[in-house]
Amino acid sequence: MHRSAAGDPEGAPREADSTDEARRRRFFQSEVERLMDRLYGTGVRLTRNAADAEDLVAEALTTAWSRLDTLQDLQAFEKWVFRILTNTFVSRQRRRRETPATELEQEEEEGDPASLFDRLHQPFLLWWDDAEQRLLDRLACRDVERALDSLPDPFRLVVVLVAVEGFTYAEAAETLSIPVGTVRSRLSRGRSLLQDAFWRHARRHDSTAERRLDS
Amino acid sequence: MTTQFDCEEAVAKLLEYLDGELDETGRRLMESHLETCRECFNRAEFERRLGERVAQTASVPAPESFRRRVRGLIDSF
Repeated sequence: MHRSAAGDPEGAPREADSTDEARRRRFFQSEVERLMDRLYGTGVRLTRNAADAEDLVAEALTTAWSRLDTLQDLQAFEKWVFRILTNTFVSRQRRRRETPATELEQEEEEGDPASLFDRLHQPFLLWWDDAEQRLLDRLACRDVERALDSLPDPFRLVVVLVAVEGFTYAEAAETLSIPVGTVRSRLSRGRSLLQDAFWRHARRHDSTAERRLDS
Repeated sequence: MTTQFDCEEAVAKLLEYLDGELDETGRRLMESHLETCRECFNRAEFERRLGERVAQTASVPAPESFRRRVRGLIDSF
């Protein structure tokens, strides 16, 4: 916290302190109110659980308030607070050791499936009119959330930071303390797994619709 | 030095382009390729729209009880 020099017999520093403190609090409150749905949403994406998301955001905001003095540029608050949110999640994960190393190794060893675009353009699907539009039309927000939640943590973290929160690769690397090359490879793998889930969803949806038409 | 992307290079770098991670030269080569290749342009549009769908999950309406909790928390700081 910024404190004015002590010693003013008139008590001016104390007054300045309190004004400064009130201004900081107002700033923090208004920024958090503005970002509330996104903080909560990112919390849900990271934890895959509403109750854990609430605790995560509360812990992250407590940390953010205690470090607000270290933020030089208030315009950078948004990126800064999301970085704290992600770091808080990573620290919690490390404490709980939720991701066995073997899970990641196994995922990285598997080859990438074909892209969704390529799958939609396979010859046997050419009878589909505007296959991409059809897939997008059938992809509800809940389906995307479910697909994101199904990603193993290391991939999900990178996908959430870059594809959902709009971090650059360098920012994601710094936040997660991993090399940029690892961000790139996990992002690529994470997106392939997402597209795989979207593809399976589209196929399931299509066969259900066909059964309805047949009956 | 590469003077233009072929389809293979364009597909390989497409997501980095959409993420804004290509340098000025790469971005210029990609845009030049997309202007002349309908297949890659369609692919780029599809990936862009799919990316928008994923980005939309960033925001989830916070429950009122949680909003109250956060306001109380900030008041207690």
